[in-house]
Amino acid sequence: MAERLKLREPFADPAHQAAADRMGMFVFLGTEVMLFGGILAVALADRIRHPEAMIAASSRLDLWLGGINTAVLLTSSLAMAIAVAAMHQDRPRVALGALSATVALGLAFLGLKALEYGQDYADGLMPALAPPAEPTDPAQALFLNLYLAATALHAVHLTIGIGLVLWLASRIARRPEEQAMTTELTGLYWHFVDIVWVFLYPVLYLVR
Amino acid sequence: MWSALRPLLLTWAGLLALLALTIAVSFAPIGPVKPVANMAIAVVKAGLVLWVFMHLRERGGLLRIFALGAVAWLVILMAMAATDILTR
Amino acid sequence: MTDIQAGLPASGIVPETAEERVSYLRAGHSLRSWLLTTDHKRIAILYLIAITAFFFIGGAAAALIRLDLLTPQGDLLSNEGYNRAFTIHGVIMVWFFLIPSIPTTFGNFLIPLMIGARDLAFPRLNLLSWYIYVLGGLVTIYVLVTGGVDTGWTFYTPLSSMFANGHVVAAAAAVFIVGFSSILTGLNFIVTVHTLRAPGMGWGRLPLFVWSHYATSLVLVLATPVLAVTLALMAAERLFGIGIFDPALGGDPLLYQHLFWFYSHPAVYIMILPAMGVVSELVAAAAHKPVFGYWFVAFSSLAIAVIGFLVWGHHMFVAGQSMYASAVFSFLSIAVAVPSAIKVYNWTATLYKGHISLEPPFLFAMSFIGLFVIGGLTGLMLALLAVDVHVHDTTFVIAHFHYIMVGGTVSAFFGALHYWWPKFTGRTYSRIWGRLSAIFIFLGFNLTFFPQFLLGYLGMPRRYHVYDPAFQVLHVLSTAGASLLGVAYVLPFAYLLYSLRHGAPAGPNPWPATGLEWTVPSPPPKHNFDRIPVVTEAPYAYPVERRGDDG
Repeated sequence: MAERLKLREPFADPAHQAAADRMGMFVFLGTEVMLFGGILAVALADRIRHPEAMIAASSRLDLWLGGINTAVLLTSSLAMAIAVAAMHQDRPRVALGALSATVALGLAFLGLKALEYGQDYADGLMPALAPPAEPTDPAQALFLNLYLAATALHAVHLTIGIGLVLWLASRIARRPEEQAMTTELTGLYWHFVDIVWVFLYPVLYLVR
Repeated sequence: MWSALRPLLLTWAGLLALLALTIAVSFAPIGPVKPVANMAIAVVKAGLVLWVFMHLRERGGLLRIFALGAVAWLVILMAMAATDILTR
Repeated sequence: MTDIQAGLPASGIVPETAEERVSYLRAGHSLRSWLLTTDHKRIAILYLIAITAFFFIGGAAAALIRLDLLTPQGDLLSNEGYNRAFTIHGVIMVWFFLIPSIPTTFGNFLIPLMIGARDLAFPRLNLLSWYIYVLGGLVTIYVLVTGGVDTGWTFYTPLSSMFANGHVVAAAAAVFIVGFSSILTGLNFIVTVHTLRAPGMGWGRLPLFVWSHYATSLVLVLATPVLAVTLALMAAERLFGIGIFDPALGGDPLLYQHLFWFYSHPAVYIMILPAMGVVSELVAAAAHKPVFGYWFVAFSSLAIAVIGFLVWGHHMFVAGQSMYASAVFSFLSIAVAVPSAIKVYNWTATLYKGHISLEPPFLFAMSFIGLFVIGGLTGLMLALLAVDVHVHDTTFVIAHFHYIMVGGTVSAFFGALHYWWPKFTGRTYSRIWGRLSAIFIFLGFNLTFFPQFLLGYLGMPRRYHVYDPAFQVLHVLSTAGASLLGVAYVLPFAYLLYSLRHGAPAGPNPWPATGLEWTVPSPPPKHNFDRIPVVTEAPYAYPVERRGDDG
């Protein structure tokens, strides 16, 4: 199970280069943890200060739609992991199939999210964009705005992820050798976006 | 290929099971423990993704330290800010 | 583990021809060869030019501030104008000078050389980080020429999110953008130090400069993203009224301060740790002795980086933070002084029975140690709740952090410039002018900022330009000092640039000092080393015989 990788400057040892690539991606993902962490810290602060308002506002979100989306994203992670394993085993066609599934599921997530946003907007659950008809508790509005900011930031990252997977797929289609590491690194990013949602879902939808 | 697939499929099944569990917990009448329980379940799910899908079980200690380190730093931010908010 | 087979190495990894052995400065003359370079040494020069430009712009804002403060009335600038002056001074100096200064110039240039590598781990990311810096800088210049912002560099809510006039969102965007430059630099350094050390270069043989940059990089990658998301939330609050920081909407303005200072306190350690790394190198070279207590100094860098994340609440003692949290933050703020003190003791012990040199870099290093001690001791004073209640938001705080950042970091920056200039450029400069500028900078600095301790203690608020006439004498002294300091800062600019054309050629090791960077020609060839060295010596293996200058 040898995999080839294209040595680049300044590395002379492929093992060092591979270690560096993985390390670089994990460090980058660490910075993303701190980025989303700021929003989670705000959520925690608001939960402490306005517990009833948070519960009331969270109950107005569609937890089943959110749950389905969570399952969609977890499955897309499975597909991505299969693609990585396939590339490590020199099976680019299996990988391409798995990557297509990843993209499809990612797009499905975004589609469901868009539908959900539309529904939220119509139900007056986006006070930052459209003040609701009757006055609501401002702390509930705060929660809903936080929900919008957090899920929008996640959606941006997911969109970037889909773009990366498409780019990766085109590289594999053209030159399947030497793409195992690129696939693995893309996979790491994708799984991270999944993990973010794994935390956002209970924090935003399951406050009861 | 199957030998590589099996752990992935099992992990996926575990993740979906934990998803069902966390939804169930959110309806359970367990009071203030609920958010703690849901966070714990989320941590286990994240751990599974990191350990299996992100290959941390095959990589050395340094990458595991990096992954844990980011989480630890987030905990610092949240915990110390919370001590202010809780004690005002 | 799957085993990995290498493809053919990229051509040019081992310099084969005479062309490839020319210095990095001569390897390509076109603008394109500079703007599309991935050579860490050229990128360091690109950064040096950019941060110098911003240093002078930020300095111009300081000049306006000090001129306005000559008289007790606000007669040079309007109230709004004064607010915009100190804001742009802070924004530029913090994010476009101090934070990048030593890491992106000396760190970029020297880390691969010091560890025996040909470049950083991700050379293209390095170039990208420079372009991101430039983009952030351009947005800042846009903010500057369109009138600026009046919130202070801290962008506190609710002023920034609700009431401020001016280009708050653009300023936040500029800082958001340049943050990614920091993050990429830190990422690159961490991975490089882990994976590209030459054979035999164990962690215990790394120069302390590398240790301090490693610690700095941990802070860069962990803290900066929090700033990014905080500024984004503040901008969203301003644009969409989301309410996170607005009490009328259930939000908490103090939450902004928690998030902002979670980054901004570690940020000051980003500014000082590289400077401490420089000083370790300079002190060893000056004394011609190994640094005393190598492992203590190395681990103190890590300790400062870690503990520095636990103290941010000391900026919020009078903001409404709970007394219990304040007490915890106060205690930890006192604790963080310990590793810094350890460094100062170790540098001092290094000088014991060592050679005392009065060459320019070492004058700057001594300057650093003295001024850092004053800044650090006043930091301890501020860490005490009872004192801080009295002097918070006075010029006492301003004097404290300028002693650290200017007396400290800028002194170290100039020390590094004077020490490694022969390596960067292959030229030597006038030592007399070097010593003069070190002395004038030291004198000008103290005359500028020591009066501000006194003013602050007497009650002069910060960010005010109208003041009680009883304070005028001290303000005039401070402005006089600033004038001297301004001239003193221009001096190196003049004689160092002069040396590029007229300076005597420098040998590989003019001081002489230990360290792999001194084993390659001055300036180094593009690929750094003809053959990757194998390291067998301990670090700071003095004494080093002075070799003849062979140009």
